[in-house]
Order: sequence, then structure tokens, then C-alpha cells
Amino acid sequence: MFRFILIRLLQLVPVLLVIITLTFVLVRSVPGGPFSAERKVSEHVLEKLNEHYGLNDPLYIQYFNYLKNICPKKLNPSALADFDLKEGLGIDLGPSFRYEGRTVNELIAESFPVSFELGAYALFLALLIGIPAGTLAALKKNTLLDYIPMSSAMMGICLPSFVLGPLFALVFGLWLDWFPVSGWQSPGGFSWADDLPYKILPAMTLGIFYAAGLARLTRGGMLEVLNQDYIRTARAKGLSSFVVTVKHALRAGLLPVISYFGPVVAGVLSGSFIIEMIFQIPGLGRHFINAANNRDYTLVLGTVLFYATLIILLNLIVDVILVLMNPKLKFDK
Amino acid sequence: MRIQQKEFYWIRNRPAFIFESMKRSGFFAGLTPFILLGLTAGCGPKFKDVERAQREGILLRGNSTEPETLDPHVATGVPENQIISCLIEGLIAYHPNDDTAIEYGMAERFETNAAGDVYTFHLRDAKWTNGDAVTAWDFDYSYRRILTPELGAEYVSMLFVIKNAQRYFESRVTPKPGEQPLPWEEVGLKVLEDKTLEITLTGPMPHFPLMLKHYSWFPVNPRTIEAHGGMTNRDGQWFAAGNFVGNGAFRLKSWRTNQILEVEKNPDYWDADRVRLNGIRFFPVESADTEGRMFKAGQLHLTDNVPLHEIPIYRQKLPHLIRTDPYLGTYFYRINLTREGPLQDVRVRRALALSIDRASLVDNVLKGGQTPALFYVPRGIPGYAPKDFLRFDPTEAQRLMAEAGYPGGKDFPVLEILYNTREEHKTIAETIQQMWKQTLGINLRLHNQEWKVYLDAQSNFEYDIARAGWIGDFVDPYTFLEMFTTGNGNNDTGWSNERYDGLIASSIRTGQTSKRFALLEEAESILMDELPIIPIYIYTKTILLHPAVKNWNPKLLDNRNMKYIWLEEGPTQPQASKLY
Repeated sequence: MFRFILIRLLQLVPVLLVIITLTFVLVRSVPGGPFSAERKVSEHVLEKLNEHYGLNDPLYIQYFNYLKNICPKKLNPSALADFDLKEGLGIDLGPSFRYEGRTVNELIAESFPVSFELGAYALFLALLIGIPAGTLAALKKNTLLDYIPMSSAMMGICLPSFVLGPLFALVFGLWLDWFPVSGWQSPGGFSWADDLPYKILPAMTLGIFYAAGLARLTRGGMLEVLNQDYIRTARAKGLSSFVVTVKHALRAGLLPVISYFGPVVAGVLSGSFIIEMIFQIPGLGRHFINAANNRDYTLVLGTVLFYATLIILLNLIVDVILVLMNPKLKFDK
Repeated sequence: MRIQQKEFYWIRNRPAFIFESMKRSGFFAGLTPFILLGLTAGCGPKFKDVERAQREGILLRGNSTEPETLDPHVATGVPENQIISCLIEGLIAYHPNDDTAIEYGMAERFETNAAGDVYTFHLRDAKWTNGDAVTAWDFDYSYRRILTPELGAEYVSMLFVIKNAQRYFESRVTPKPGEQPLPWEEVGLKVLEDKTLEITLTGPMPHFPLMLKHYSWFPVNPRTIEAHGGMTNRDGQWFAAGNFVGNGAFRLKSWRTNQILEVEKNPDYWDADRVRLNGIRFFPVESADTEGRMFKAGQLHLTDNVPLHEIPIYRQKLPHLIRTDPYLGTYFYRINLTREGPLQDVRVRRALALSIDRASLVDNVLKGGQTPALFYVPRGIPGYAPKDFLRFDPTEAQRLMAEAGYPGGKDFPVLEILYNTREEHKTIAETIQQMWKQTLGINLRLHNQEWKVYLDAQSNFEYDIARAGWIGDFVDPYTFLEMFTTGNGNNDTGWSNERYDGLIASSIRTGQTSKRFALLEEAESILMDELPIIPIYIYTKTILLHPAVKNWNPKLLDNRNMKYIWLEEGPTQPQASKLY
């Protein structure tokens, strides 16, 4: 297993290199630059700005400088726990072009925990609703208890978050007046409890979409498994239905869910631009999109690199979990 | 047998089984906090953010986007200005209701010489938040800082009205061989005493005090700048929360990226007794829809924007919550004169300008109280009021088109209207496309581009007709007309007119306002005869405003001196949720 993980980690390097190179080329070939504005910057000033940010060097030198800066140089786990990539790994993603005086490292360190927290709530909700609903639907196949959750799930998948988000804000925020319609922390509040109401609506909006997907996958997986011989055998042995469902059926029935889960976790944890815009959340997703609009070269590269690494690592974890859960699979020797 | 029993149990007790298994799996336990939260959130006395903030004397303000910087010499945008002008005060400050009036800030008074090109400012006793006294040396340092090319200040040209300032800057950008860069002493700035500053200008300039309201003229605290990397350092450490040193009515309290920036009353401000707000929270809300929802839910006292489709609804149902004020900005179409084709012909350009029904566009499409632009420089500048240059005249437009060789649009090539991707610009372009088709019989294609691509296309003359906008830097026609001089970086049309250039140049040499305005008026009439641009409408600033906010007066530049704003006490619910 360790060999498997090690090989996969080594594969990470060329994959990331390709991603960085492609992103670098793409972002630099787009028309318009970080300092183009409606009110034009004079040429003298533009030159000084380019000089300051190292944009006057030939592109290949800028590219290699960037590669040099993002090479991990040290390992300091305690700093890494605070998302400090510079102190933790010696990775320097450079200064942001738009936000003067703030580095990409800082922006990611500041915004990723927010997206992570929101994503964690959303995933929790998704699991909480999706898996029981899917299981229930599979067990009560072709009854009302199957149709209702499954058609709701269909709706959940079809309704995009830019519809669902404002809808929730309207119903739960403006009509029922239960939760604030935007924000992440209570401006005058101090504790976790003050902030909690702000997190419900975005977590619901983000979570319900994935809950719907999870429910459908769980139902599909469970239906297939429930017809298998070993389930009948388990029942024949006299095991209680609960044990049969949870211990025998779910374990196999959830395999498709788990392979779906890897990219989902990466996507959810690294933030959703739309939800962060709708609910005014200071997460990574907003930087991811706005950086491209602002031609904030370093921030584009930094967020892409961060997101790519996250997806690859989470996929690896999913692969490991899949093997551990499915006795038919083995780590490739 | 046992199988059958089991199956029997399974079938008969299905609901119980499900319930049991869900109970055991902790489904309900997990759900409990959410149910409880929903219940508790729904009952009990609840105070809106705005009400709580009102009791604390804190204004909650939507501020469109995350500030890029808080350095007055580097900043370029309106959201930055809204914050910086709370934290730093220049020689002249914003007047509570009149952008053309002098409101003394750090200067207690000033006088000019007879020629009108030397200004002497007498500074009042004021303090920086680090305890330093504000002196004339601080201004000397600040202006030297912005004029140093290494800083890369985008607004440096604002200071070129100071004698020799431009030469000081340019001799350092591209030093000519064998030539020494101009020493600082040669620049028209003199510290006469600790509290007296003399500024010599390139010529007489009666509107100079108004220019001083712009943040590029704000001072910074030299000791703080030097402590954080020196004069031209752009690391931005000095303006981080905790480091920021200002001299304004408020001081920086906290700053969370993309979330909230909070300022609080500065007890050491020279006029602290007049400051009625205890603080302001700026929310960088990019989406107008989100901002509108925040206002309705009682999370904001005022917004920076109103979603276009909600303006008529507010106007009709809750008119006391929406405010539309005139704004010193013009929305216009640029015409590319470097391309061969019919647009080279001034008769065609005139026909295009005359066949836009601006009144209908403003009333039926925009609905935000804008004024039709029958001129280029927005009206409202005291002393500057030329007649309307344009009108809606389809008959004359058709005649001009026929004269130019395109009767009824015959043989007219398909040209393109370029705009940056945004609903509003698209709607306007579609309306104008329709008007031109109806009146002149010509077809145009619409072409939208992402913001920065669109900016590039305009500077590189890769367009036929392009949407544009311009907001004045100070209340004077000069800030609108100067950009269409030959080769100006913001011209972007390829238009060049010797007489126009001459008029603009002589306008800055005369010290008499009436004479100056006469020259500028003549320049505008040339611009409106030649029409390298087609003015469409004059901007307005439309916001949602909570009734508790007092003294929020119409301002041409929407510059607010926040020390004059206060919040009325008492619960005044906006009741905006009743809109639906």
C-alpha cells in the first residue's frame, strides 16, 4: 500500500508541472494585463509597475523563476497546520497583482479555511440527507418512499445553485426571517454561536445539490447489492435486517458513492464561486474566478495549483479507501 | 422456515425497521441541531443588524468590491476612495453638500497671489493617529513620494499642475544622457514654516483647491512610510490594520479580505466633536442582487448599487428607500476614426448621433432617472452651461445619410458595436441598434468582450463603435475635455483637431474662470461638431438608503465627508421585504 501511495505521489510532480505550464501559457496569452484599466495608465508608470512585478523579464525567465519559487524547500508541519505554505514548505506563490501588499500565500491561507469550513458543513448535510434517503429509496423500491425522495433528488440536481441560493435567501432570510441572507461572520459577534446562523443557508444550498447526487448513487448501488446472493445468505444466517443493510449491503452499495466523493470533496472544500458570490462569503472560489478576470497572474496560478493538488490528493485517498472497502480490489504491485 | 419468518418480518415491519435503523444510525440525532436552530431562530426578540448598529452608532455600507489598496498614492478606484477619505484628510476636504465649495481640511485657510499661480496654505493644529503633528513637511514628503517614478503611482499626472513636477518625474523615468535629474528643490513646493506650505503652479488655476479633494493629493505619515520599507516601497505593510496611520475623522479598526472593513471614530481628530458616527463597516459586495437582499434583510444601511430590474419596483412601492442623485459622468460611444469606411464621414457620424432617441432610451430602457446626453460634459458645473449641441432629429439624420451616399442605408457596410459583457450595455446596444435600423436603415452587429479584452481592443483601435464611460475627477469641464486632445492616452478614437488642442492648452493658461469656461465651451462645440464620440446619457447614482441615515445629500461626485453623516435613533424598519 505504501508503495502504491508513494508511486502516486511521485506521479503528482509531472501532472502538476503540466498543469502549471498550461496555466502559465494560457493566462499570459489572454489579451489585457493586470494594469489595463478604463482610465489608462501612462507608459512611464506602466513600465515601473511591470518592473516592480518582474513582468519586464522575458517570459521563459519569468516561468523558471516561478517554478523555482514554488518548489517545496523545507517541511515545517506546525506552520503548515496554519496553512502557511511559505513557512511550512518554502513555497512562495508571489505577490498578488491586484491586492497591493498581499501575497497569494496569504490570500489562500485566509480564504481556504473559509471554503473548507463551508464545504465541510455542506458535505455533512449531503451525507446526512443523501445516504439515508438513497438507502430508504432502495429498500422501498417503487413505493411512495422511493418516488418522493428520488424526484426531489432529481429537482435538487436540476436546480442550479444560482437559482436555489437566492430562493433560500428569499424564503428563509426575507420571508421567514430565520437566517441572515449573506455574510460569513457576525460583524459585531464574538463566538461561534453568533456566526452559526450565517452559515446555514450557504451550507444548505451547497449541500443539497450533492445530497441529491449522493441519494441517487446510493440508491443505484444499494439496489444492485440487495439482489446479490451474499445478502440473501446473510439474511439466511438470521442476521437482523439492520445489520444486513448497514454492515453488508451499504459497504458494497456505497462504492460508487465513494468514487464520486473524491472530486466532490475537492470541489466542495475549495469553494464555489457562485455560492460565495450569492452569500458574500470570503472563500477561495471567489479568488479563483476574480483572479482570472483581473489578470492577477500569480493568483490565477496559485489557486489553480492549489486546487489541482487538492484534487489529486483527494483522488488518491479515495482510491485507497476503495481498495480497503472492496475486498475484490488489491493495490497494484 | 427461518427465511420465511424473516421475510415476513421484513415486509410487515418495514416502516419500523427503517425508523429503527435510521434512529440507530444517528440520523435524527444529527438532524436535531438543525431543527432546533430553525426553531430558535424563528422565535424570540430579534434585532436586525441595522438596528443594533444604529444603537451603536455604526453605519453599515455596501462598498461594491474588495479595496485593492488603502494607499492614497496608489489607489485608483471609487471603493478605495470611500474608505481612504474617512481615514486621511487632505488640505481641502469634501463639503457636506456642494462639490464646488471649499471645505477646509488640514488647511485652515489659504491665499493666492495676484497672478493666481501661487497658493499659500496655512495648516491647522492636527495630529496623526500615531501622535505626530501634521506639518507642511508631511505634504512635501507625500508629494515627493507620488512624484517618484519608482512608486508607480497611476494618478501621478494629477500633480503635474505643480511647477516643474512633470519635469521632476520625467527626468527620473528616462534620464537623458549627460543630464542630471531635476533636483527636488526646483519643484514648485516650498515649506515656508512648519505649518505653512507654498505651492507654485504651472499657471493660474482657480479650480486648484477643488483638485486638492482628490486622494492623490492626500498626505501620508512620513515616519510610518519610512518604518515600513521607505518612500517607494509597495509591500503595503504600512496600511495593514494595526499599522495604518492617518489624520482623518476615522481610524482603521479591522480588515478582513472580501468580508468587511471597519473604521471607528478617531478621538484625536481635530474636529472630533463634530463626528457623529462611532464607526463604519464597509462590505465589499460585488453582486448587486446580494446587496439588494442584504438591504432588505436589514443587514445594510445603504447600498452602492441597485439591481436594474428592481429600480422601478422600489420607485413604485417604496420610494422613500431609493435615492437617485445626479452624477458627474457620461456614457458615450467612441468611433474609431483610424479605420477606412463610412464612419470617416462626419455626416454619417452626425446622422448616427441625431437618430438616437435618448429620451426614450432613458425613460423606457434604463429607468434610473438618467438625463439624455445632448452634450458631452455633464451639466451641473457652476458657471459652465453651453446650449444643447445634439437633438433627436430622424429627418435630418436621413437627409445626412442620403447626402453621404447611403440613402435609406443602401450599400452601408455592417459595422460592429463593441461593449464589455454586461446586461446593461447589451440592452443599450440592442436599443440603439434598433433605432439606427429603423431610422437609417443600417444594420449593425453587436459584439461583447470580457472587460480586459475590451479595454485592449479599444486601445489597439480594433473596433468600429465602442461603448465607453467617463467620470470626472473633479468638478470641472477640463477633466472631460482634456482626454480628446491629440495622442492623449484616453482618446482612443484617433481623432485629432489642432484648434481643439489649442483651446484646451490656452484654457490652462488663463486664470479667469469665465474666460476659461468660454474656451472650454468652444472646445466642446468642436467636439460635438466633429463627433468622434456620440454621447448617450449622463449617469446618475442610484442607491438604497435606510431612512435612519441623515444628511446624505446629493453630490455630483458622490464624495462623502462622513463626519457630517449621522444615524437617527429608534427602530425604523425599511420594510423592504414587503416588495414581493
